[in-house]
Amino acid sequence: MVDIYLKYKDELPGKIIEDVKKEAEINKLTSAEVKKVLEEVKHEYVNSLISPGESVGIITAESFGEPGTQMTLNVFHMAGVAEVQVTRGLPRLIEIFDARKEPSTPSMNVYLKSEYTKDEKTIRKVASFIKQMTLQEISSEFSLNMMKAAVEVTLNSKKLRDFGFKKADILETLKVKLKDVNVKECTKGFVLESSKEEGDLTGLYRLRQKAKEVIVRGISGITQVLPTKKDGKYVIQCAGTNLKEVFKLKEIEPKSTVSNNLFEIASILGIEAAKQAIMNECLAVLENQGLDIDIRHVMFLSELMTHTGNVKGITRGGISGEKESVLARASFETPIKHIVDASITGEVDKIRSVIENVMINQPIPMGTGLPGLVAQIKKEKVGKKK
Amino acid sequence: MVDVYLNEKYVGVVDNSNEFIDTIRKKRRDGTISPELNISYNEELNEVSVETNKGRLRRPIIIVENGVSKLTEELIEKIKSGEKKWADLVEEGVIEYLDAAEEENTLIALDEEEITKDHTHLEISPVTVLGVVTSLVPYSNFGSSSRLIRGSKIQKQALGLYATNFLLRMDTDASILHYPQKPIVKSFMHDAFGYDEHPSGQNLTIAVMSYEGYNMQDSIILNKGSVQRGLARSTFFKPFSLSEVRYSGGLMDEISVPDPEVKGYKSEKDYKNLEEDGIIFPEANVGTDDVLIGRTSPPRFLSGADEFNVAVTTRRESSIAIGEGNKGLVDAVFLTENDEGNRLVQVRLREQRIPEIGDKFASRHGQKGVVGLLVPHEDMPFSDKGITPDLIFSPHSIPSRMTVSHLLEILTGKVGSLRGSQIDATTFDTPDEGELRKELLGMGFREDGTEVFYNGLTGERFKAKIYTGNIYYFKLKHMVANKLHARASGRIQLLTRQPVEGRAMGGGLRLGEMEKDCLVAHGASLLLKERFDSDKTIVHVCEECGLIGTYDSYKNKPLCPRCGSNSKVSSVELSYAFKLLLDELKSLMVYPRIKLKGKF
Repeated sequence: MVDIYLKYKDELPGKIIEDVKKEAEINKLTSAEVKKVLEEVKHEYVNSLISPGESVGIITAESFGEPGTQMTLNVFHMAGVAEVQVTRGLPRLIEIFDARKEPSTPSMNVYLKSEYTKDEKTIRKVASFIKQMTLQEISSEFSLNMMKAAVEVTLNSKKLRDFGFKKADILETLKVKLKDVNVKECTKGFVLESSKEEGDLTGLYRLRQKAKEVIVRGISGITQVLPTKKDGKYVIQCAGTNLKEVFKLKEIEPKSTVSNNLFEIASILGIEAAKQAIMNECLAVLENQGLDIDIRHVMFLSELMTHTGNVKGITRGGISGEKESVLARASFETPIKHIVDASITGEVDKIRSVIENVMINQPIPMGTGLPGLVAQIKKEKVGKKK
Repeated sequence: MVDVYLNEKYVGVVDNSNEFIDTIRKKRRDGTISPELNISYNEELNEVSVETNKGRLRRPIIIVENGVSKLTEELIEKIKSGEKKWADLVEEGVIEYLDAAEEENTLIALDEEEITKDHTHLEISPVTVLGVVTSLVPYSNFGSSSRLIRGSKIQKQALGLYATNFLLRMDTDASILHYPQKPIVKSFMHDAFGYDEHPSGQNLTIAVMSYEGYNMQDSIILNKGSVQRGLARSTFFKPFSLSEVRYSGGLMDEISVPDPEVKGYKSEKDYKNLEEDGIIFPEANVGTDDVLIGRTSPPRFLSGADEFNVAVTTRRESSIAIGEGNKGLVDAVFLTENDEGNRLVQVRLREQRIPEIGDKFASRHGQKGVVGLLVPHEDMPFSDKGITPDLIFSPHSIPSRMTVSHLLEILTGKVGSLRGSQIDATTFDTPDEGELRKELLGMGFREDGTEVFYNGLTGERFKAKIYTGNIYYFKLKHMVANKLHARASGRIQLLTRQPVEGRAMGGGLRLGEMEKDCLVAHGASLLLKERFDSDKTIVHVCEECGLIGTYDSYKNKPLCPRCGSNSKVSSVELSYAFKLLLDELKSLMVYPRIKLKGKF
């Protein structure tokens, strides 16, 4: 029995053999039957392989391009329902394929460890610790005291209570974050004095701006948090990304926490993770738009964008600008630049891919144009016939 | 303290803006200040702006004071009797014109019952939100806005009687519908601007059903019998004009039958319809390539000396011909002068257009479609009362577009045609559907507008009852006869040697970038090459310098002018566009070298 499977080891992928094995055991097949099944499976498998010369790239492009024209641009918003706004549809797809450094709506889905998802109160608490909070948000007034050359911060006592702040803690943070500033406590809040002996108005003004932006709690970059329940699990949807800092928190589950910033994922989790992220993001858009594109196209595309080890978009700065042929590059974008560069370095175009061959009106090396006939004709023989 | 601006210019401040505005408005209403002035308060900017500039859009609204409309029953009676006019109402401060800015300060009631203490104005009629063309759509409050917009746009493309002096006009792309009918289902606007005197559609009997799949995806089926009886027939007019232009040196064009010696002479039969004066005679039947006006022009590049040289003065032909694919009868010939005082000849062609497959039709509800099939009368489905529809409309056109107005018009049209009168179905003031149904029942038809239908081909009864009735349809100006185009080979551009563009030029049909991608995706390599063969040329490439050489026809072999006769020159087939690219690169001081390699 085992021998039969071994025979197919090189002809079929391991997963398929395992599947057949499982099914055979359930259905109690004889070895002759198993052989028959495997033969059939092999036939199907070989038939489903892509043949050489198939234009997979163009088929992928067309598979995205055609449904892309049908994508709806209107994004529905539910009135009164709190939700983190995320770019979807065609704009997001373009964003992914262009590999923009920063998504137009950066967002994270933060999952929590099971011990912190017992009740909603703890979840909310964790969420409030993730969200960045500036001094401005918990203060009611920042006034300039010209006489003392100081900034007087009046705290909003209601907000302090609501968010569970302690005045002493804030004082500590301010002391750490504001360098060269003397921070003093007063009845209303704090008095900030520049320890440098400038004391002029612009310096004071700058100090006020700086004080407003001091992050007193949370992770920088995360402007909005929304704890929700998704597929039975508690998720904190965040506007803004900062994977590096979020991973430091003990409450979160790092295995399922994701960001939609491809470059952030690539730098923190590695290129394979970025590849998977491209796939997930694409599939999420397609699912959201109700489009059905074969996953292999998405796989091919994400592989193409990451195979160099860096995330590269399908742009003239990315993989499209790295084509071998001068003519192909010139026909895509900025032709003058490519032709001038090529003439300076004396580039040779071997005319090996599709576009160049179309340009000079020769059969393209694809499909029926790919195979060539190699035959040796003995010249003498031809001569004799004459 | 509120800033006051007069026509966007700062003029001063007022303490109490409300009081200020109220005073001005009061003065405007009692006629002390011009009624063309508008005043408004902008809350966001905290400023008052007074406008008297030209170019503001303003609309009339009835004034409401203390919850009472100023347009009283008494006044309405006076208007009815002709005692008072619109201008009187404006003068007396019953109606005022507001611009967009002032409208922001108002609360306008839609009808009289709605008025409360807070209201400042009353809408004259809710239909004033619609424009002239949009008001022509009956039942438009039963349809979606996007369809209403489309329906309005379509009405402008409908054929009808566009001008009563059309026989004296020389409009491009003009058509006249032969038997226009006034619509059974109309709106107030049809009365308001005399639509019945120059209608642009016909009332058709339609059945909402399918027929052998020829009305899929917005196509429609016409009854050939109806078409032969004159349904949606139209006449198409096409003008041509030619003038005698004067050139320097006392030379000028001459309108006459060209002499066979003239440069570019076509052929004798192309000029067969011209009379002695070189102009075609009225009612001449012309077809492809026929000349309408004969003209010869002086030769083009005359140098100083040539002017006295008789031998070079062969004139060239510059007649106007009817053009590829056109045909018709000469309707009228006009002999006039143009602005420069030169002789101008205008010829108008006339052609009868009988509806054919591909002509575009539409109802008033944005339901447009092209004819997919003309069915002989005897093969059309017929009702138990023996009625065959003129048009078969696909039921799939209804649900996703939600044009309930279309369906209601069918029902109303049916009632109207049976009753023998027009029915007014103005937006927001439509007849009651229940009443119409009752009336239909009273006249011996099924209440819901459906009827029992029989298959015209087999005579079998359809299981479903078919919704049928009368609806106003337009024949739109987009007719296939003006658009049909195909070619095998023909004219090419001088520069690129690729086929010229456009139907009028007899141009090619482009196989574009995305179509190319499809052939690549199929791996049809050689088919792709053949498709792009239209500009293929053979060039002679010097294998030494990589440049393109010439062909020496004396020695009967290719030659590289740069490297001389010793270099090896091979002939290669490639697209002329690529050769042009190489030439252009050379002009940019880039040296593109072709390196040849044996392919086999």
